[in-house]
Formats: sequence, C-alpha cells, structure tokens
Amino acid sequence: MRTIVCVKQVPESASEITINPEDNTLNREAAEAVINPFDEYAIEEALLLRERFGGDVWVVSMGPSQAEKALKQALAMGANEAVLLNDPCFAGSDTLATSYVLSRAIKKIGDFDLVICGKQAIDGDTAQVGPGIATRLGLSQLTYVCKVVELDLEGRAVSVHRMLEGCVEAVRGRLPALLTVVKDINQPRYPSLLGIRKASRKQLPHWGAEDIQADASRIGLGGSATWVERVFTPPIRSGGEILEGGVDEAVEKLMQKLGADGLV
Amino acid sequence: MGQLRIDTELCTGCGLCIDSCPFSALSVVDGVAVVSEACNDCGACISVCPVDALSIPVGERLEGMRVEDYRDVWIFCEQESGRIANVTFELLGKGRELADRLSCRLCAVLLGHEVADLAGPLFHYGAERVYLVEDDRLSLYRTAPFARAFVSLIQKYRPEIVLIGGTTCGRDLAGALATRLETGLTADCTGLHIADDGRNMVQTRPAFGGNIMAQIRCERRRPQMATVRPKVMEMPTPDETMTGELIREELAIEDGEILTTVLEFIKSEQENVNLVDADVIVSGGRGLGKPENFSVIRNLAKALGGVVGASRAAVDAGWIPYPHQVGQTGKTVRPKLYVACGISGAIQHLAGMRTSDVIVAINKDPEAPIFKVATYGIVGDLFQVVPRFTERLKRRL
Repeated sequence: MRTIVCVKQVPESASEITINPEDNTLNREAAEAVINPFDEYAIEEALLLRERFGGDVWVVSMGPSQAEKALKQALAMGANEAVLLNDPCFAGSDTLATSYVLSRAIKKIGDFDLVICGKQAIDGDTAQVGPGIATRLGLSQLTYVCKVVELDLEGRAVSVHRMLEGCVEAVRGRLPALLTVVKDINQPRYPSLLGIRKASRKQLPHWGAEDIQADASRIGLGGSATWVERVFTPPIRSGGEILEGGVDEAVEKLMQKLGADGLV
Repeated sequence: MGQLRIDTELCTGCGLCIDSCPFSALSVVDGVAVVSEACNDCGACISVCPVDALSIPVGERLEGMRVEDYRDVWIFCEQESGRIANVTFELLGKGRELADRLSCRLCAVLLGHEVADLAGPLFHYGAERVYLVEDDRLSLYRTAPFARAFVSLIQKYRPEIVLIGGTTCGRDLAGALATRLETGLTADCTGLHIADDGRNMVQTRPAFGGNIMAQIRCERRRPQMATVRPKVMEMPTPDETMTGELIREELAIEDGEILTTVLEFIKSEQENVNLVDADVIVSGGRGLGKPENFSVIRNLAKALGGVVGASRAAVDAGWIPYPHQVGQTGKTVRPKLYVACGISGAIQHLAGMRTSDVIVAINKDPEAPIFKVATYGIVGDLFQVVPRFTERLKRRL
C-alpha cells in the first residue's frame, strides 16, 4: 500500500508571534521553524500502517527550501520518500490554491491508498487544505480521525473513529481516502540516529509548477480567492485583578465578583 | 520563495522592515533591503515601510466571475436528530445585519431527512427564505451528499455570502464546498462586516494562536464563505410571528458517489466532553499532581454546571483523556466562565481559551502567566481554594 502525508512547516510556537503595539511590527524572536505538530501524528500513523500492511510512505510539503528540514525530519522518522513543492509561482497561495498544488503533486506520485494530513496547521488554524485535497481528488473525506480501526486493502475500505464535539463517530469509507488526524491517534516516534543520518544525506527532489503540470491561473497569489488586507493586534486583555486575603476572604470576593457578572 | 518586490530607488535602507518580518526574510545589504527565500508573502513589511518601497504584485488572478450576479446571505442550518445547533441562530443574527447592509434577503439552508419542521425556528430567527432538501441519505451528516446538495443550491440560486458554523461538521463541509465552487473560505471568523464599498465582506480572524488578527477579503469570487465558531456571535431574540418562503429541492446524487457510511456513535465516556458548547469550563493542570485529584475539578465543575477541561500537561501525563484538552493542540473554547486551576498558562494553553468572557485563575505561583489573562486571580493552594469555592457555591443553592 502507499500512503502520502502532507506536512507544513510552521513557526515553532505560532502563538508567540505578536505584533509590537507601538509600531505595529511583528515580533519574530520565537519564529523557529518546525514541522506542524498535527502533521507528526499524520506521519506516525502512516508509518504504523506501513508496519502492518507494507508498502511505502511519501511525504510532501509546499514551501520555501527551508521546509526541507521538516521533510528530513519525516524521513528520519522513517518515511520512504519526500518531495518539496517549491516554486516562486506558489507564493501567496491561500488554502484553495494550496490544496490544488498538493493535489497535483499527489496525483503525480500516484498509486496511493491513503492521504493523511494533520487536522490543521497551528499557524493558520484553518483545517481547510485536507478537505480541499479530498474534494479535488474525489477521495473519501474523513476528518478529525482519532483511530484507524480497520484497513481492508482487498475490500478497498477503511474504518475510522472521528472525534466530534461530544462523542466519537465510527465511519467506513471507500479507498482511496483522505484522513485528517487529531493528537489522540498515536504517539509520534523520535527519529533514530541512523534515520537522521540517512535523511541528512538524502537529496530531496524539488517539484515546481511545471513538474506537477499546475495550471498557472490556479496557483499562488493569482490563483487564490482570498487575500489578507491587513494584520493587527487584538485588543489586549486588561491584566487580572488579584483577589487578596486568606482563602475564605478571596473566595468570598470571587463569589461577589461572579455574582455581579451574573455568572453564579 | 515570495513575490515581494523591493523598489531599490525608493528604499532608504532604514531597516524597519527587518523587524516586521515574522520569517526573518529581510535584511539590508549595501543600503537597500533584500529579501530571501524565507519570504512568505505575508505582507507584514509593506505597511511599515515609510517610503512605500515594498509591494507584492497582484498577478493574473483566478478567473473572475460576475460577482453582481450573486445576491443574498445564506446560513447553513446545522442540526442533529431534529435539534438545531445554537450556532445556526447566532449566524442568523449576524446574517441579518449583513443582509440589511446589503439590502438583500437572509436565507437558510436546511438539509436532512424529515426536517421540514425546523424551517419554523429558522424563520423566527430571521430567515426570509429556507432552502430545504430532504432525503433519507441526508439523515446523518456525511460530506459527499451534504456537499452535493449545498453546491447545487448555490449554483442555482447564487448567494453572495455563505456562513457556516465552525464545528467539526461545519468545517468538514465548508472546506469541501469552497473547493468545489473554487471560491474563498475564511475559517473561524470573529468579525464580519461589509466594507465601505457596500459590496464586499471583510472577514476578521485570529491567526498565530490568536496573537494576530487578520482582515481577509474575497473580492473576485462568489460566494464569499466563512465559518464562525459557536458563541462568537450574539444569540438574537426570536420573533415567533415571523414566517417566510420555503423552497424545496431534490438531492441529485447516485448512491455510488457517496463514499462513506456512518456505523455508530460512541459516547467515549460517561463524562460530558463537549467543551465547545459549554458555558462554563473548569480546567485542571499540572498543579493537580495526580489523576485522582481531578475529583476536585469535577466537583467544582458540577457545582457551576460546567464541563471539565484540562491543560496539555495533565493530558500528556495521562491524568485525563485528550477530548478534555484545551489549547493549541486541543480545543479552542470560548465559555462565559473559564476557571483555570493549577494551570500556569503556557502560551499554547492561552491560545485555546483567551477569548473566554471571564477567566478565573487559581494558582499558587503569583508569577504564573495565567494571571496576565485572568479577569480574577486567586494566589493560593488550589486544594484549599477550589473546595472552598465549591462548598460556597453549594451553600448558595
């Protein structure tokens, strides 16, 4: 079987990127680039399935050449092949254009049974690229997967558990399918030393728009339906009021405050 | 890899752009700014440049469409077993405001099996027209038949705006719809308004874990689509005298095109884990020390009529299952009251709860970052404070 995993490189702690209120500039100290946390679960799940069913695991990422680092990490964990989708024409792609680029690359790799993505990336938080790929390639769309229950390659079906708001939904989908996974699904392995060494030596293919036969009007800024008009800092929460006194006194004050707010 | 252009004639080499770049892609070489491959075209530098030397060219755009052919604001009615999700009504409230500004109709889309009765409440909450597709294959939410029914309606009736709840169901559906329609979709909007041009919707949403807000537009394509999480928009007051027009359509899909089958729903445990819809959440973190101590949190949650949440530390330690996790790799919540007990307030946790209406923090470390976002803080031992608070709440009843 073949599984293709889509990964994104994101700032390590996306939430530490802030705008400086004085001059409206972005603070970037914390912007160390890492593999999106949810994508690590996607890679791990692909590796676990390969251990049970054989075959290979491909990893693809669209991004600048630094994103090779994320792909090398996936290789070090045990993925067989990795491809970087890198072309100046891809720049400025929104989720619509990104899902187009990724789906073209997946098509080029071909012959796959599963595509696995993280449920969302921690910088954009959209959760839109996975469904976008499934729609473009006509795959069974299984989002928020917390468990792969059964994979039946002969019968061409996959059964999963999806984590919904208040419960878990058991669903069966036809193969090929696209899964987006949540954190609960597994515990990603650490890359082995041997894996790291092998990955560091591997030359990664870079595919541009021509390699994946992408329609120029559907990629990059021009192929995007949305554009960011402005970024700004949200209103800052006013610092908390500390309720002083002993335990009883502080709790009493809290009861009054919450009472006044209509909360108790 | 960006398309950022730097006008070297205008650039003074002041370097202001360097600090504005979240990707460290800019530097000044020989007195002019240069951009590296790390550029992500985020545009953050453009507004800080004092001499307007930076720009991102707008290339050949996705083929345009006659946007003026699209009218009306549509709301997706999310329902399960005949119960309409509250986010639907919240969206009707916001949709009314947008429709009034655009002088167009507010409509709802109702998809399901034997759900015609639900049109009533949709009218009461402001829908002037309800598009109804009833089919037994729509009895439970599945991507393919729902997307097909919805896409057909949009292609036939051409709304200019489509709003969908930012739930697991809504986000699953919206991503498929926008792709099929080749239009723009903005996730988890916290603000929606019509621009001064009187036509385009400005969509405001948090990014980078809520530290940055972005305003997004979709001017060339229609419909303009957005998802909004539950409890973000206000719940409007219904008017039970209101009624409207019901338009029925058929679902045109072959069974063979429906790729998935729902097998069953499993309540993962006795405890309610629906954090997203909860008005009150009481969360415990590392400060609890061991799994048994979650009983303190559960008792307080019960006294407040709330749901139990947890920090990543508590989940990773195995003290409580993952569905309870609040934060960057867990759930994003927005209750009326969030009580954080023994949670230091790592940035990843704050990203998931900082927009709660009122935050109460109980922690023994006065320096804990949670106090910076807390409305009310108590510095003290949670094992004394929380039981006392619980007891006090019970006494009130």
